[in-house]
Amino acid sequence: MAKHRPGTGRWAGVGRFAKKRWTVFQKNKELFALSLPAVTYLIVFAYIPLFGLVLAFKNFRFDLGIFGSKWVGFDNFKFFFVSDQAFLTTRNTLMYGAGYLLGALAFALVFAIMLNEVARRAAKTYQTAMLLPFFLSWVLVSYVTDAFLNHHEGYLNGVLRLLAVEPVDWYLVPAVWPFILNAVYLWKTIGFHVLIFYSGIMGIESEYQEAARIDGASRWQMASRITFPLLMPLAAVLLIIGVGGLFRGNFGLHYFIPNDSPFLYSTTDVIDTYAYHALRKLGEIGMATAVGLYQSVGGLFFVLFANYAVRKFSADHSLW
Amino acid sequence: MHRKLDYPKMLIHLFFIAVTLGMLIPFVLVIMISMTDEASIAKYGYRLWPDSFDFTAYRYVVQSPALLFRAYGVTILVTVVGTLLSLLTTAMIAYVLSRRDYAYNRQTTFLIFFTLLFSGGLVPYYMLMAQTLHLKDTVWAMILLPTLVHPLHVLILRTFLRTLPMEIIESAKMDGAREYRIFFNLIVPLSAPALVTLTLLVSIVYWNEWLNAVLFIENDRLFPLQLLLVRMMANSHFLQTSTVFISGISFDNAASFPVLSARMTIALLAGGPMMVIFPFFQKYFVKGLTLGSIKS
Repeated sequence: MAKHRPGTGRWAGVGRFAKKRWTVFQKNKELFALSLPAVTYLIVFAYIPLFGLVLAFKNFRFDLGIFGSKWVGFDNFKFFFVSDQAFLTTRNTLMYGAGYLLGALAFALVFAIMLNEVARRAAKTYQTAMLLPFFLSWVLVSYVTDAFLNHHEGYLNGVLRLLAVEPVDWYLVPAVWPFILNAVYLWKTIGFHVLIFYSGIMGIESEYQEAARIDGASRWQMASRITFPLLMPLAAVLLIIGVGGLFRGNFGLHYFIPNDSPFLYSTTDVIDTYAYHALRKLGEIGMATAVGLYQSVGGLFFVLFANYAVRKFSADHSLW
Repeated sequence: MHRKLDYPKMLIHLFFIAVTLGMLIPFVLVIMISMTDEASIAKYGYRLWPDSFDFTAYRYVVQSPALLFRAYGVTILVTVVGTLLSLLTTAMIAYVLSRRDYAYNRQTTFLIFFTLLFSGGLVPYYMLMAQTLHLKDTVWAMILLPTLVHPLHVLILRTFLRTLPMEIIESAKMDGAREYRIFFNLIVPLSAPALVTLTLLVSIVYWNEWLNAVLFIENDRLFPLQLLLVRMMANSHFLQTSTVFISGISFDNAASFPVLSARMTIALLAGGPMMVIFPFFQKYFVKGLTLGSIKS
């Protein structure tokens, strides 16, 4: 607020203040106009929905609308938290997330270092093959997994029959799914992660490698003492960024690959699929909102922690 | 000339050949299923090498291509319009934020990046789209994704734009150019390399989008490819009960319809072109990764 000066009217300061603001706006109005489409879009599609979060505390009825429906306190959270659902889905979300993250990083790191040992052209061919599934949607990948895992026609059961082993209905056995989902995730995304590390290796100053070669280092020594340590910062940043996203489950993977089989929920359900079921199958709008709110709050902590960690570690990669 | 055999290198090659096979065999299996006779599938299940090749499934799909064409049409429309809108809004806001002299830079930056930290989640978005904006069964339901303005894309582009020398903008301003002209005539052409990468990232998202389609599209005339695949997976008799598909073919014998191989055929025809096209853009992909990692 503008200061009140003796001798001027009470509103003169406000007027001056408003005038100054107006001049600033006049100077910036063209850039402001350019920012409007994105700003408006986010206000409508990201900020207005935040008001919808009140549904988490209401018993929603279509005839009464969002604001007319009755407040019910924390009732919508009750079922989720009192039953073991909250624990189960949170555990699944975090454990799978950690598995995907560590698996992809570890494999990609090793693959990229190995690719660095073969000729550029061969490396590119292998890379292209590994990258192929990355462009597919999870829906499409579910056709591939179904071709392997289907009870009657599946390829895997065909092999089992050849070996005179009793075929398994994979979509009914929860215990095998942590392995299946991790394998499918790796199959689909390994190419992308290898690409990141491989371009990381290409970016490493070749002076180090030159110097080592002149000193007579073996290839194994160069890979383990130079390339590997120099990739660590990149790996660490990717790890921390990944940790920031741990509270978000991989919806497509967990919804389509287990074929949404209810028998598998104990080992495949993540928070995202749970909220989706609550909304679509049960029509429990209040509960679905509550679960979403829980996920948003949990996710917030993970992002804040991750960004804090990145900033400590490598300020260049932090978000703010 | 005799060269010493390089055993470690050969081992690495062997290893990657095995990996490559592991990546490709799933595709081979799907392709083979699409070309297997239905009776053979019933007898032996899916196999990597059928005892006789059979193109009945393809014949059906070719006879009645309307379903697939329509889905392709919807997907292409949504991808083109969505990508254009997304790129335009993202480029505009990224340019504004790249201008350190913009008076409302801090506030706008906060407004954009806060959406990364906290979101309303599925239900409020669903209510907005379905109840407030009445977008059910419209193409807009598939275009107005929550990620149309993606903070990370804004970040990538802003970072790129900040590497451009400020003097170009200054001199354009001296010549009396307005900001709109500077943006469209100067900034857009200059940021072409970054925009190509973003186009790739965004168009993959639109092409593979299924959630909004599942949530908001009931009318089968508006089914995009992904929703077609979702429905076909959930209901193995989807094709035989789809009026669009049925109307195109003359059934001599409804029981002879190759349910299983036709499913894989459609999946292949829906996903195949993507896999042929996108690897060509690999290098832009790498570029995008490095773009994201430079920060001034």
